[in-house]
Amino acid sequence: MDFGPYLFLASLEGLVQAAVLSLTALGLSLVFGVMRVVNVGHGEFYMLGAVLAWWITSLISIHPAAGFLIALVLSPVLVGVVAYAADRLILSRLDYNPEATIVATIGMLYVLQQLALIYFGPDARPVEAPFYFRVQFPWFGYSGYKLIVVVAATGLLLASWFVIARTRVGLIMRATQFDGEMARALGIPVRRVYSLVFVVGAMFAAVAAVLIVPIRQAHYLMGLDPLLLSFIVVIIGGLGSIRGTIVAATIIGMSDGIISVFFSPTLAKMVSTFLVALVLIVRPEGLFGAKIR
Amino acid sequence: MTGDVGKAVWLHAGVIFTLFAMQFVLPDYHHLIATRVMVLAVFAMGYNVMFGYTGLLSLGHAMFFGTGMYTAGMTVYHLGWSVPLAFTAGIVSGAFVSLLLGAIALRTAGVSFMIVTLMFSQVAYLATLYFTSYTRGDEGLVLPAAARSFSVFGHVVDLTDPATRYNLALALLTITVIVVFKLVRGSTGRALVAVRENEPRTQMLGYNTFVIKLESVVISGSLSAASGAAYALLFAYVGSSFTSIQYSIDALLFTLLGGAGTVLGPLLGSFIMFYLIDIASSYTAAYLLVTGFVLIGLVLFFPRGLLGALKTRWLPWLP
Amino acid sequence: MAALTLLSTDKLERSFGGLRAVREVDFELRQGEIHALIGPNGAGKTTFVNLLSGRTRADAGRIHYRGRDITGLPAYKRVRCGIAYTFQITSIYPNLSVYENVAIAIQGSDKFKVSDKTAEAGFCNAVLSVLGRVGIEERARDKAGNLAYGHQRLLEVAMGVALEPTLFILDEPTQGLSDSEIDGFCELIIKIGESATILLIEHNMAVVMALADTITVLHQGAVLAAGSPQSIRKDARVQAAYLGSGLT
Repeated sequence: MDFGPYLFLASLEGLVQAAVLSLTALGLSLVFGVMRVVNVGHGEFYMLGAVLAWWITSLISIHPAAGFLIALVLSPVLVGVVAYAADRLILSRLDYNPEATIVATIGMLYVLQQLALIYFGPDARPVEAPFYFRVQFPWFGYSGYKLIVVVAATGLLLASWFVIARTRVGLIMRATQFDGEMARALGIPVRRVYSLVFVVGAMFAAVAAVLIVPIRQAHYLMGLDPLLLSFIVVIIGGLGSIRGTIVAATIIGMSDGIISVFFSPTLAKMVSTFLVALVLIVRPEGLFGAKIR
Repeated sequence: MTGDVGKAVWLHAGVIFTLFAMQFVLPDYHHLIATRVMVLAVFAMGYNVMFGYTGLLSLGHAMFFGTGMYTAGMTVYHLGWSVPLAFTAGIVSGAFVSLLLGAIALRTAGVSFMIVTLMFSQVAYLATLYFTSYTRGDEGLVLPAAARSFSVFGHVVDLTDPATRYNLALALLTITVIVVFKLVRGSTGRALVAVRENEPRTQMLGYNTFVIKLESVVISGSLSAASGAAYALLFAYVGSSFTSIQYSIDALLFTLLGGAGTVLGPLLGSFIMFYLIDIASSYTAAYLLVTGFVLIGLVLFFPRGLLGALKTRWLPWLP
Repeated sequence: MAALTLLSTDKLERSFGGLRAVREVDFELRQGEIHALIGPNGAGKTTFVNLLSGRTRADAGRIHYRGRDITGLPAYKRVRCGIAYTFQITSIYPNLSVYENVAIAIQGSDKFKVSDKTAEAGFCNAVLSVLGRVGIEERARDKAGNLAYGHQRLLEVAMGVALEPTLFILDEPTQGLSDSEIDGFCELIIKIGESATILLIEHNMAVVMALADTITVLHQGAVLAAGSPQSIRKDARVQAAYLGSGLT
């Protein structure tokens, strides 16, 4: 294949990466934006989403599409339940203290990861895609499912934007983000908003994982890379800025995907981190973050 | 006040002496573990300077450990350097890397700082996997026989001898304890704590808090690199796993368990955690579950760690 | 009769987004005086003082201190030049002892190098003497966060005193204090004023009238009036700005 079409192929791969990364990173960014805490275990919610999807589809063997659709709905819900429990039992008891939350969520990372190891096993397990069709470009055929993933992710992102910007629930979330004290004084149940946001953040990661799992396999260690990429995204985009997250996720996802195709995934990660260093030297608060001084 | 210093000095000297005496009664297996733990305790104590005393939470300290380890290991393996020279190179490279990293990362604070340290450490880890011609990647480097001994003032030191290793590790630990002890009891220690407790106020008392934090990072990184270099040279092995996130989290874990902000806390935490994991791994492959539970338990019920709680309740003079 | 100008600003300017918080302020502080800065809420007093101490960067204009242009100097360097500052919301080290709080301040000033053992006793005495000047030396071992609010305020002043400053900026120091505490505070400020120039942001008019040699009034970011307490009291524009509240 010539360079042009090869680049196009790599770009499509990048687009898929960007789409899934946007969803995952959005979850992390929302949690930080509203609750001002970082969930280091965020990648494990992603992993859990994929692992549960595998489990659900392995139980339902009528038709891969049916199993997958049920998994697409059920898996995030189950992950949401786990997130809710974590919030109630641990995070709220820490009063969402930033440093304590970091340590606690690292602990959660290990607990979830190792429990997956125990019950899911150390192997990577594939999940069947709900449907197979190839989109025929002049130079190559491309998996239709991957394109659907991009469409689905975009749709979800638009829906989230709509909820955050245009609905009452979104307004309450933004108010809590803007000024927690004020929100409390206005009678907004801040604790409950926090729980909701944490659950929603986890569910975003889970949905992203379910979408990607037919393409990549489910594995108990698969949460680490998305976590690191999400971190890169929120640093570059600016912690707490939704717009920044999506822009950065697109940039990082595309560059990661393209470099992975042309060179190697390892190099891609190194480039992404180098970008972080660059941004930090020039703009410590990220592209869209609020200026510190 | 001076009575407190006396008590503290006696306590620390006592701990060192106990460790020295233990080598004569420990069975082989535990003898080896104690050697390993003492070296790792230096790593944790280095971490504690930044985390416990200055309040900077880094998740990238494996990078400093790895820098020391790989510099020492590779200079021996590829360049044939002698052990003492390689060790020195390990520390110096650690100081240099931490200076560089600190200058960049300290432009951020809090959560961003944590993420940045994590990222850079991950790049270091990936680099060890990528440049396999130098590092042999995952497999790692086994140091040659020539590196298993060195001579000092005409006296040959044999690193294959367990007793030699034990005492070298103990010597490194002792030096670290002295360094950290003097640091935290002196004016630098007071400045570090001031930055941790209230940075804006500290700035408004005339302190250049950026430089203070940078100092903390360099001291911390150098100690961690010393630990890595020692580990490579004592056990003749250099491997990627030591630069992984796992190791960074271990530093945090040992420090938190033993008591952040105390000199001996990381040492205690290292011993306890090492044994906990050792025991757990004989039962299950998922022994990291223990790490997870300990972290959550610590932060919920025991935020000050063992020695920290001791210090608050009964022994306020504990440094 | 004209005393030395210790600090002056020249068209100092600072905006936040669309809001001009400090507008072309020309200000002069004479050495040895107690100078009060007053104005309604939102007048820009704290912003102005943040510009002076270096906590905020100026958008335009210059600041001169002891003949030097310090506009570009970072905050910690200004402290080293002799400017001490207490925060509007008390900022101390609540988890440390009262002794440690002042020890950090004393150690920070170049005037006391603690590099050898023999200096340790001297250091200890210096800390206690500073605590004594402010009146809280019996609480040296207490945890700063456990002190009553008034004593925390005093501790913060002690930390400033420990720096042996030439200029001492106090941002609403009497806020939240009881009447008897305020009287004690005024005495303390007069005592400190014997060796330092004082710039005071205050809302409490009784305190201002009792202490100030000169008053500057800020209104909506600009200087409305400046002069002796009597002239300010009679100034019609000032009265209008305050809507007649509590000046006379």
